[in-house]
Amino acid sequence: MMRFIAAAMIEARQLSKVFTGPKRTKIHAVENVSFRCEPGQIYGLLGANGAGKTTTLRILATLLQPTAGTASVAGFDITREAQKVRANVGFLSTATALYDRLTARETIEYFGRLNGLEGEPLRARANELMQALGIVEFAERRCDKLSTGMKQKVSIARTLVHDPPVMIFDEPTNGLDVMAARTIVGFIRDCRTRGKTVIFSSHVMSEVEKLCDVIGIIHHGKLLIEGRLEELRERTKQPDLEEIFVQTVEQREEAVKDK
Amino acid sequence: MNFRRIAIIYRKELRDALRDKRTIVSTIVVPILLFPLLTIGFGTLAAKSMVKMQRETSSVMLLGETNSPSLAEAIRKVENIEIVPPAADYVALINDKKLRAVVEIPQNFERDLFAQSTNRPAVKIYYYTGEVRSQMAIRNVQKVIREFSDGLVEKRLSASGLSRDDLKPFDTREENVAAPTKVGGNLIGGIIPYMIILLCFVGALHPATDLTAGEKERGTLETILAAPVERSEIVAGKFFMVLTASLITAAVSLASFTATFTLPFVAARELGKFGKSFSFDLSMTGLLGVFALMIPLAVMFSAGLLALATFARTFKEAQSYASPLIAVVLMPAMAAMLPGFEPSAKLALIPILNVSLISKDMLTGNFQWGLIALVFASSCVYALGALSLAVAMFKRESILFRT
Repeated sequence: MMRFIAAAMIEARQLSKVFTGPKRTKIHAVENVSFRCEPGQIYGLLGANGAGKTTTLRILATLLQPTAGTASVAGFDITREAQKVRANVGFLSTATALYDRLTARETIEYFGRLNGLEGEPLRARANELMQALGIVEFAERRCDKLSTGMKQKVSIARTLVHDPPVMIFDEPTNGLDVMAARTIVGFIRDCRTRGKTVIFSSHVMSEVEKLCDVIGIIHHGKLLIEGRLEELRERTKQPDLEEIFVQTVEQREEAVKDK
Repeated sequence: MNFRRIAIIYRKELRDALRDKRTIVSTIVVPILLFPLLTIGFGTLAAKSMVKMQRETSSVMLLGETNSPSLAEAIRKVENIEIVPPAADYVALINDKKLRAVVEIPQNFERDLFAQSTNRPAVKIYYYTGEVRSQMAIRNVQKVIREFSDGLVEKRLSASGLSRDDLKPFDTREENVAAPTKVGGNLIGGIIPYMIILLCFVGALHPATDLTAGEKERGTLETILAAPVERSEIVAGKFFMVLTASLITAAVSLASFTATFTLPFVAARELGKFGKSFSFDLSMTGLLGVFALMIPLAVMFSAGLLALATFARTFKEAQSYASPLIAVVLMPAMAAMLPGFEPSAKLALIPILNVSLISKDMLTGNFQWGLIALVFASSCVYALGALSLAVAMFKRESILFRT
């Protein structure tokens, strides 16, 4: 239904973020970034470390406030309606850890409660997620006793507990072993199948190539190019994503130098 | 601000803390054990070393023994001392603690004494000031010398037809009329607020650092920030948890302290070893009052520590910021133990110090309601200040995402 009401579930309009670094230096982490993400699509933000991916996604998840520009997520403004944005977003990154001393079930229920669920609906939702993700057998175990893969599953359940229409993944597979990474990738695909709007950041070309419907290449805080993989191939005359990425970044560097 | 969500966060933090051994130890176990262990341990140790010292014989050197055989004879009979033969390097021996004291009887001592010459003889005692054993040795020696001198006085008095009473024509008698609460309060009234203030702070220290800097370090802060809760609600939930820990620590320590000093088998027995009886009657209303005043103080500690620890990047960093603060809290808390330091309207405005002074006053059964109200009000103002600082810190992204 949302598809008909709001075409763009995520719309970033000239987002900029300036950090104050050591000795009052200004660091332009994100500069004038605009893009749109549609329901049922995976938008991939591709960039090297420090390119501004995490900052962009943190702004969308309302963890950070933009210095300039704005964005709307699920129809809500990220600065004026941050609370409503968070209620409509599932945010997962390698930095979003779980509470060691809570069990898997308690973790899921805790975030369910914070999202306004209570009593029987909360229980039902937690059970449903635990069944779907295969958490049931370790549901009563404390999170510090779980393996990385198990933790990932609990984290996924945590992001899904309020069934958000928008999913934001910040380098979700970073530092994970193959099996744990596969769980995440499978889960991201699943989100698309269910019509969710997904934005996803990575510096791993193959992952982006396999998963994403639309790809945006971000470098030094600027969105250099975006489009479907075929479009990018056409525009750059390069066969695969790695070549596309390298050429785009190099052209940009030269352009900056010439100035 | 939504109270339902604050309650959810608070309950979760409470459950989390109850599963954390370090929090349990610092809020409950330490305050329970502290007072009995301190009094028993210290009492036993002090009593033991006193007894040991009293039994120990100390070596004393006698110089010029032949100048007064009768005085020398008396000194030789002093208990627990051993007379060693004269040596020239007695100063060095005292400094090396091989010799406790030297008694020097001057030449012509007896002649000067009995001839009643203008030459007033002086017995010299060399000792090591500040050294307990040396001082105990000379105390025993001095007692004998005084007896010797008293004997002489008596002889001289009777020779002139006088008695001892002539030296002291009347007596003075002292009687304590202060209520037992005031006596007990004065004895330990200063220690109680000091201990409780300190433990209130220590009780808040661990949870405050764990719930902020600790969460940053473990990466759970980003998880909770992404949930649909307001940052002020997160701070509020965490704050109530830290406050709970702080107040539990204060309550537990107060209970443990009261038990230690009222149950006859703990403190009284230890202190009884010194042969004195102590009265520990305290004003119960005062005790309740102290606890009431601790609440705004605990709020200030909890919120202040939360603000400070929020700034830190890691648990360790937070602890290194907070630990020196113990000294800052200690100083004003100790002020109540200083004699002659009385609460006043000006002092009522100084945080921590005001509570410790007025608490001592209340424990001695002295209720200056105007000042008590002033202390409570100013503590509340400081508490609110700390609380708004904590919220402000938590809303600054440059602090939450400090790298």
